[in-house]
Amino acid sequence: MSSVKYSKEHEWITLDGDVATIGITKHATEMLGDIVFAELPEKGSNVEKDGTAGVVESTKAASDVYTPVGGEVVDTNQAIVDDPSKINEDPEGSAWFFKLKMKDKTELDSLMDKEEYDKFAKESAS
Amino acid sequence: MDTKKTSLYQLHQDSKAKFVEFAGYQMPIQYSEGIVEEHKFTRSHSGIFDVSHMGQLFIYGDEDLTNDLEKIFPLDLKNLKLNHSKYSFLMNKDAGIYDDLIITKIEKGFLIILNAACKDNDFTILSQLLNDKYKMILDDKRSLIAIQGPKSAQILNNIINGVQNLNFMTGNWFVFKEQKIYITRSGYTGEDGFEVSISNDLAVKFTKDLIEKGAKLIGLGARDTLRLEAGLCLYGHELGKDKTPVEANLKWAISKERILKGNFIGSDVIIKQLADGVNKIRVGIKPEGRVIAREKTKIFNQSDLHIGEITSGTFGPSVNGPVAMGYIENEFSKKDTKVFLEVRGKKHPANVCGLPFYKKSYVKGAN
Repeated sequence: MSSVKYSKEHEWITLDGDVATIGITKHATEMLGDIVFAELPEKGSNVEKDGTAGVVESTKAASDVYTPVGGEVVDTNQAIVDDPSKINEDPEGSAWFFKLKMKDKTELDSLMDKEEYDKFAKESAS
Repeated sequence: MDTKKTSLYQLHQDSKAKFVEFAGYQMPIQYSEGIVEEHKFTRSHSGIFDVSHMGQLFIYGDEDLTNDLEKIFPLDLKNLKLNHSKYSFLMNKDAGIYDDLIITKIEKGFLIILNAACKDNDFTILSQLLNDKYKMILDDKRSLIAIQGPKSAQILNNIINGVQNLNFMTGNWFVFKEQKIYITRSGYTGEDGFEVSISNDLAVKFTKDLIEKGAKLIGLGARDTLRLEAGLCLYGHELGKDKTPVEANLKWAISKERILKGNFIGSDVIIKQLADGVNKIRVGIKPEGRVIAREKTKIFNQSDLHIGEITSGTFGPSVNGPVAMGYIENEFSKKDTKVFLEVRGKKHPANVCGLPFYKKSYVKGAN
């Protein structure tokens, strides 16, 4: 498994072979507050890099979830749909959103590593 | 224009509040535990809400004042007993709502609690309607602190002995640190509770005492989820100049005596609407799934006709699901009518339902 990469839209991504697992960062959950609703892309659907691939809602507002890379959705995490509070509890672990089969692995190149993302998140929060 | 701060601003900041600008004030939307925990704590224990941004309007006068106010409000004010409160509205001649408010009979006059965003306009309107005949003070030297939830009576009584004997929608003067504070048993969360009008210089000390006795500061975010679960209207959402109290399904707040006699601002429209019915009316809406229908979400019937709009919608932590209120064409307003809510381009099933979503536990007083 490769190391974790991050997007400017506050998603994280890991790669295992050509299957990417995608979720939202702890920083994103802290900005959103209590998450009470999650909608995920349909299994078998194709999503484009930087396109919308779901929605999360806090008690305050709805936010789109974007996918940092494109491909075919091969799995989604029903557990977070059934209990969205899991996203606040373990955003970068068990509360992943969806897995997709990547078409073009070079799409990963533009993403940030942990150090870059932490710096980015800190700046965008202030 | 600079945003205003309440006397508790520093305490909010020290309590790690996230702030939001609301009606020109910097107000706490939530603290570190978050809206869901704050909401649940209020339902199970006791939450403290800084509502000092709301207007506290004292109007002083004799019988003439009572008569003049009856020309404005649809209330039987002549028979309102000392220290008793009523929910009402300030309307225009078409019965459109300028503001909703709580009016309490006090010695030598009335105390009216107004919404923050409306208070200055209300003051102007009321001054004109009363021809500046009476002493009117929109008092910004007093803070307003609400204590809500089942443990509130016990906690507050530890600080102010005797408050637990107040009945719901009544108030009285009490003493705190040798100063007079006015306390009513009321609130806007669907819980038993109190609202305390206290001079600004004592507000921090008083709030810290409440915290020491086990209450916690709660932000405006949870205040909104609490009032929505309780089926209570929020000005600017369920209420506005384009809506009447009859359409807002608040006819219970209009005195039956006054409907017979009329002669208050908006009475012609109110009497007509009560007799003939209204085209649109406020209802509760319960989505079947987990999807949240926010304000401005369109409501459709089973034949895909657009029949209404959501005015407030959120996730109700005590209901553990989405809750909403909105205006719907009268013929579809019956309980259990199936409707569809258009969220992000998809239609989601929901049902018209009775209010509140969460059952109130107001008490008549502990005696």
